[in-house]
Amino acid sequence: MNKIFIIIQREYLSRVKKRSFLILTFLTPLLIAGIYAFMIWMMLKDDTEKRTIAVLNESELVEPVKSSEFTTYNYLQNASFEEVKSSMEKKGYYAILVIPKNILQTKTAELFSHKQVTIEVKSNVGRQIRQHIEKMKRSKIIAEANMPDLEEKLAATRTPISMRTIKFGEGGEIKQSSTEIAMGIGFAASFIIYMFIFMYGVQVMRGVIEEKSNRIVEVIISSVKPFQLMMGKIVGVAMVGLTQFIMWVVLTGIIITVGSALVLPGVDMEALQQAKSVAELPAGAASLDAGQLKMAQDILGTFDLAYVAGIVGAFIFFFLGGYLLYSALFAAVGSAVDNETETQQFMLPITIPLILALYIGFAVAKNPESSLAFWGSIIPFTSPIVMLVRIPFGVPIWELLLSMTLLIGTFLLITWIAAKIYRTGILMYGKKVSYKEIWKWLRYHN
Amino acid sequence: MTFFEAKDVVKQYAGHKALNKVSISVPKGSIFGLLGPNGAGKTTLIRIINQITGPDAGEVFFNGQPLKPEDVKRIGYLPEERGLYKKMKVGEQAVYLAQLKGMSQKEATKKLKAWFDKFDILPWWDKKVEELSKGMAQKVQFIVTILHEPELLIFDEPFSGFDPINANLLKKEILELRDKGATIIFSTHNMGSVEEICDHIALINKSEKILDGPVEQIKKRYRTNTYEINYIGEFDKLDQVLKADFEIIDQAKGIEFNTLKIKLNNGSTSNELLEQLLPYLNIVSFREIIPNMNDIFIRVVKESKTI
Repeated sequence: MNKIFIIIQREYLSRVKKRSFLILTFLTPLLIAGIYAFMIWMMLKDDTEKRTIAVLNESELVEPVKSSEFTTYNYLQNASFEEVKSSMEKKGYYAILVIPKNILQTKTAELFSHKQVTIEVKSNVGRQIRQHIEKMKRSKIIAEANMPDLEEKLAATRTPISMRTIKFGEGGEIKQSSTEIAMGIGFAASFIIYMFIFMYGVQVMRGVIEEKSNRIVEVIISSVKPFQLMMGKIVGVAMVGLTQFIMWVVLTGIIITVGSALVLPGVDMEALQQAKSVAELPAGAASLDAGQLKMAQDILGTFDLAYVAGIVGAFIFFFLGGYLLYSALFAAVGSAVDNETETQQFMLPITIPLILALYIGFAVAKNPESSLAFWGSIIPFTSPIVMLVRIPFGVPIWELLLSMTLLIGTFLLITWIAAKIYRTGILMYGKKVSYKEIWKWLRYHN
Repeated sequence: MTFFEAKDVVKQYAGHKALNKVSISVPKGSIFGLLGPNGAGKTTLIRIINQITGPDAGEVFFNGQPLKPEDVKRIGYLPEERGLYKKMKVGEQAVYLAQLKGMSQKEATKKLKAWFDKFDILPWWDKKVEELSKGMAQKVQFIVTILHEPELLIFDEPFSGFDPINANLLKKEILELRDKGATIIFSTHNMGSVEEICDHIALINKSEKILDGPVEQIKKRYRTNTYEINYIGEFDKLDQVLKADFEIIDQAKGIEFNTLKIKLNNGSTSNELLEQLLPYLNIVSFREIIPNMNDIFIRVVKESKTI
């Protein structure tokens, strides 16, 4: 047993000390934080490009679009479209806006340009025209109705509704829940598991191929059992994976906390909110967003410890279970080939269930009660990924236990089979191996 | 005294038998040559000794006891397919391999430094393996094989890939280890390379042992009673003066002297031959042609085919 620890130690240290590991571990959180910062910056950033747009207004509307700091609208009277079009470049027009005579009926205006107009310009023009027309219609109604405070009354009818979903707990107590948050957590967790199984499974496979192509494997297995070498590698790599994951969480947390403490005081949150609301909806949107935000905070506040601990526990269990199951297969594939280019034919049966699991996960996130969700989270080859999607929505205890038992059982069975392939495969040099050949290996004893 | 023994070992792989009732017996303190062409089953037998694989039938004894998993500590094995982790530091790696043999880190480090010093590779302790020359890597592999002072040492094709200087160094060290009491098994298809240092051999061909025993005895058994005579002078009518029992196999003219090969039949002796030759020839040297292992192997294979 002592020897397996020596192997684990080497597998762990030799990977953790690698430059590529250090770079990946420290750079990824920076990258995540960078993307985060970039998104915030994009949201805050105004479009500072100066543009002039020619307007041919044939309708009865009076200056429906107004110039702003950066975008100027030039209303051209009595000019024909062809004239404007030919003088576009000379006058430096970015686009031509044509508001037809019958816009109130067609509800369509046209923007002509050489380059594709930006979404911002397009939506800004559209919004201004719409608001103008709406205002016009409203004033007309108010005038007709002869009620001076009608406008205020109409404004008061606007009622944004926020939906709170509340779930009955096991003991009948009421739990607040949020479908969106549950979906988010479940999906993020399952995606991380998917990614890690792949990344570290392939690392196990590469390690096995390395030992084989270095010709060191026979030296080692004259001291330890092939099974010890295989398990030592699998466990060592799993620990590298956990280390990397924990480092990512911690470092990302630190960078975001420090970053927002340094940067955010200079940015007022209201500007952020406004930037968002202006881009989306005129009035009401901002308050709706705030409402949702508050609800999310409420829910986070009422998350009970058991719920969080349950998700974390399930994550670790299914992460390890799924990884162990697949990495044993990856090790077997590595042992059967001489170099990485030959792995293709054997990788397919491993990657297909993994990718399938991810797609089932997508579907399950939308409908966690389907029979697809049930079977996907029970069958061991997909359960690590699919079950994680379901767990935040609540899973009956018996299903969870069944899934876990099956996962452990299958892991043991697969490891046993993989060890048989591994044991023979690592000593086969320069031989093209087929499935038939591997089937023979399974029947060798010792 | 027998140190290692295999009795009727059978190993079957799908489609072919790698070993068919092979028995060998390795005396303590001997250098035992396991000889045979490629694919004969030598490596399979060695893997069974190292418990990398198990026999399908038959028994294996180590120092009089059935072979146990703990015995790997007492065996040192340099496989034919040998290598090191390229990206790992030399010293670190040697310590790791020694630890897997059950040595403590401290003990391994101390002994390794002494050996590295002896082999002039101490300055490479902290270098990566990929920076080593092939010869240096071979020294490291050899040191790692013998570091834990095993009682049984197994070398599979030990001299393939070694340059002559390292091969000699290796031979010298191996003989020293034998003198200190270790038992050594050499496995090779290149029979000439180990002939002079082995005292016992076993010949394996097509999964079966076809011959074994002390080298001296085998050579005696397969002597052909052929003598080589170098002489000065010319004499053409030799076949007319020689008795019919003396069969001339070969007669060649050289620059300094001529050579004659004569086979003695029907119990005639070398003295009789000399007596007959002395009046006619000026003899420079007279020696018996002793068959080498390669010749014996070819002969045994031929004989076993005709049976």
